[in-house]
Amino acid sequence: MWSWVGHRITGVVIFIFLLVHVLDTSLVRVSPEAYTAVIGAYKNPIMGLGEAALVAAIVFHAFNGLRIIAVDFWKKGPKYQRQLLWGVLALWAVTMIPFLIRHLTIVFSNFFGGH
Amino acid sequence: MSTVETELPEPASKIELPAHLGGGGDIPTFDITLRVRRYDPEFSEESKWEDFTMTMYGTDRVLDALHKVKWEQDGSLSFRRSCAHGVCGSDAMRINGRNRLACKTLLKDLDTSKPITVEPIKGLPVEKDLIVDMEPFFQSFREVMPFLINRDHTPTKERLQSAEDRERFDDTTKCILCAACTSSCPVFWTDGQYFGPAAIVNAHRFIFDSRDDAGDMRLEILNDKEGVWRCRTTFNCTEACPRGIQVTQAIAEVKQAILARQI
Ligand code: HEM
Ligand code: SF4
Ligand code: FES
Repeated sequence: MWSWVGHRITGVVIFIFLLVHVLDTSLVRVSPEAYTAVIGAYKNPIMGLGEAALVAAIVFHAFNGLRIIAVDFWKKGPKYQRQLLWGVLALWAVTMIPFLIRHLTIVFSNFFGGH
Repeated sequence: MSTVETELPEPASKIELPAHLGGGGDIPTFDITLRVRRYDPEFSEESKWEDFTMTMYGTDRVLDALHKVKWEQDGSLSFRRSCAHGVCGSDAMRINGRNRLACKTLLKDLDTSKPITVEPIKGLPVEKDLIVDMEPFFQSFREVMPFLINRDHTPTKERLQSAEDRERFDDTTKCILCAACTSSCPVFWTDGQYFGPAAIVNAHRFIFDSRDDAGDMRLEILNDKEGVWRCRTTFNCTEACPRGIQVTQAIAEVKQAILARQI
């Protein structure tokens, strides 16, 4: 149940991000100055945390998506779904920890270090 | 006469061992609060919680607590039950937020320090208190043709089947049609048209039976937009099934059979 709720929420979050992202990127065709301004506005720690959350959502959605495919097509998938979910969460943690260390260091050093 | 009264009808044939020496000892008792979702359309369109407190034994089940309420406190409390032993499938209900059979849920396995909540199963129209209208559920069950269809001449003796062929669908023969699975499914909650896990389990029972000839028809029925493809593999059904049927696995096997048939 909760793996499914998580999958749907992250799926919708990624979709909304993609929608906004297509819009802001297409601004470059309308007005390069407005594009630079909008993209520049992303360069603050709040957005940095937002990016971290987005990556967390994508990584969970991707690994759990592979788990759902295994449940659907691997013979023993349904039997081991719970173990697979723990695997997804473990892989998620293993991916997120190094990423967060690197990403947050960059985000906060840029902000507090002044750019 | 007074001596007669103190004598036991039979002399004690064994010594009662206390619990710490491995004997059963006295059955422990505890006080519980049963919080039941009440609904009676003759009085109010709103359903509401009602608390009942009572002393129960460690060997009692939620069904015993419901009986105690009905027999000793409030005779208007309505619920279904028949066998009281987990075979008829009448008393599936939502106990502490999980679908279970009241007759298979021991009070001592629940947290008795807090009120035990009992609600009707979700997704089916409530008629009164814990009784829901099962008709939509049985409608889907009937639609998958849950009976043997065999076009050969009727044999004069039994239809033989190898042990391996019988094993193929053994798990799904155990269903007691309690609706715990279907009413635990979030897809069914929002889309009452969905066939639901129980109908698919009972289709699986015949689709994979080597003696049955109508597997293709059943796969066609379940290939509907309200059929197996609505399943989002949340595993709620597998967790709810009081018979331990691997419901999600059965649904996955039916999905695969539909795909295999089309290529
Ligand atoms: C990274 C690669 C991705 C993989 C491996 C993946 C995998 C999956 C799978 C297997 C499902 C089916 C879930 C089910 O059967 O219940 C699914 C659902 C979904 N995906 Fe993805 N996906 C990926 C990327 C994306 C992206 C980029 C978006 C957003 C644009 C997205 C949005 C969704 C949504 C909204 C659902 C529906 C959720 C649901 O039915 O509960 N996914 N994904
Ligand atoms: S599959 Fe299990 S939960 Fe579903 S109706 Fe049958 S016995 Fe009840
Ligand atoms: S009363 Fe028959 S299954 Fe519980």
